[in-house]
Amino acid sequence: MAEPLIEVRDLGLSLPDMNAGPRLGRRPRLEILRGLSFDIPRRGVVGIVGESGSGKSTLGRCLVRLLEPSAGRILFDGHDITHMAPSELTGHRRDLQMVFQDPMSSLNPRHTILRLIAGPLKLHGVEQAEDKAREALDRVHLGRAFADRYPHQLSGGQRQRVGIARAIALGPRFILADEITSGLDVSTQAQIVALLEELVADMHLTLAFISHDLSLIRRLADTIIVLKAGEIVEQGRIADVFDAPTHPYTAALKAAIPLPTLDDAWLENAQEA
Amino acid sequence: MARLWLSGGWLVLLALAAIFAPLIAPHDPLAQDLFLEKLPPFWMEGAEPGYYLGTDSLGRDVLSRLIYGARVALIVAVLAGGSAAILGSVLGLLAGYLGGWTDRAVGRLIDIWMSFPPVLFAILLVAVLGTGLSSVIIAIAVIDWTRFARVVRAETMAQSRMDYVASATVVGRSPLGTLWHEVVPNVLPTILVLLSLEMGITVIVEAILSFVNLSVSSDDPTWGGMIAEGRTQIHFALWILVAPMVALFLTVLAFSQFGEGLKDRLDPAAS
Repeated sequence: MAEPLIEVRDLGLSLPDMNAGPRLGRRPRLEILRGLSFDIPRRGVVGIVGESGSGKSTLGRCLVRLLEPSAGRILFDGHDITHMAPSELTGHRRDLQMVFQDPMSSLNPRHTILRLIAGPLKLHGVEQAEDKAREALDRVHLGRAFADRYPHQLSGGQRQRVGIARAIALGPRFILADEITSGLDVSTQAQIVALLEELVADMHLTLAFISHDLSLIRRLADTIIVLKAGEIVEQGRIADVFDAPTHPYTAALKAAIPLPTLDDAWLENAQEA
Repeated sequence: MARLWLSGGWLVLLALAAIFAPLIAPHDPLAQDLFLEKLPPFWMEGAEPGYYLGTDSLGRDVLSRLIYGARVALIVAVLAGGSAAILGSVLGLLAGYLGGWTDRAVGRLIDIWMSFPPVLFAILLVAVLGTGLSSVIIAIAVIDWTRFARVVRAETMAQSRMDYVASATVVGRSPLGTLWHEVVPNVLPTILVLLSLEMGITVIVEAILSFVNLSVSSDDPTWGGMIAEGRTQIHFALWILVAPMVALFLTVLAFSQFGEGLKDRLDPAAS
């Protein structure tokens, strides 16, 4: 087995507690993440689950270095990116991409779709950026007619496809998808997940998929990390964790998946009515 | 939509009148003729043909003076309003985007600045700088930048929290590149709306300063100066006072209505 693409060791993040007043001139710090260690294998899909406030988005933002961890380290392809300065990070940015939860907020409303996708390419000195951007639109099955539109002219699912096109256009090795289906209706969710599956296979991507929807994770991911209150309570291969959850929290999460079954009492009621 | 066109129409008309004043004005605005003093406007009895809005107490044509007065009003509106907008917006953008000590420094500066009464501050500044058009422009810009800085700072802070700023970082934009390419296009509509309102305010401030004779030299016609002169003749020739007041009122109203119309127009979801 080759070395993993991303290695996370003892990762911790604490931020000043803005709700508490300073004591002796220093603000008490809130620990958001504590002692996280895991690997993301090359071309693997890891699902990160947890309830709101468990720290899963914060963890994601550390992985793409939108946030600087305060403890531990993150190795990307053998490079320590934990405390890398923005100028050093520039070289790695193309490899570490992210799709955001709310495309209405993550796509600049003043830019056309073409500019949204081609802009990052030009930034990295890619030639024929606009042609490559149109190719990216094809890859996410949007069609080139969307190039001159603005984000507010698109539907939620189309906007999220633009977010994905923007990330994959740079040819990254790792993509973080942070709750990208949570603002969409169920049928659009399924289409976006199918698109991700296709792109991961075609482009040999490594994907971290953050969600609170275990059924989506089960469909996409090979391994799973379960977070609770900033700590990992369970991790492993998806089948193992689903078949035999060792932590009661995972079991509770699993029990919360709605299953499409009809019980007899409900059927009888429906027939009478 | 109608408001944008009506107010914009008046401003364009005014700008054309100001630019082509020597061609349009029926008389020399400075030519005195004491035989023709205090002629009433054309709809009143005793009006002289060619003097559409009558003459003032020295026999100067009121309409011609209004047209030349528009020059001063618009030059001040554009230059002083524009300078205040640039100064205030740059400071507001940096404070709102960078936060930290930059934000605290700009915030304190705004607090200190806004505790001066603006008109007194302007009179003081012009008294120190000496009268003249450039002093008026500098004084207004130095005082009114806070209007822009406050609003632009708050808007920049709100925009900086949007995910498109984080997204720009992820694709590798530098912080200043993000400010310029991502944040500024979203703050610009706010700046333009404010600029339109500010131009109306500068027209008033210029009128106040020329009313107290601290603007351009008293020979050059200004609306404020005309109001000051008309005030002394209020019982004999009301039009000398009313004509510049109406011009001032319409212009300030047009600037503020244009700003309001622009606000609706520039919303990306409304186009």
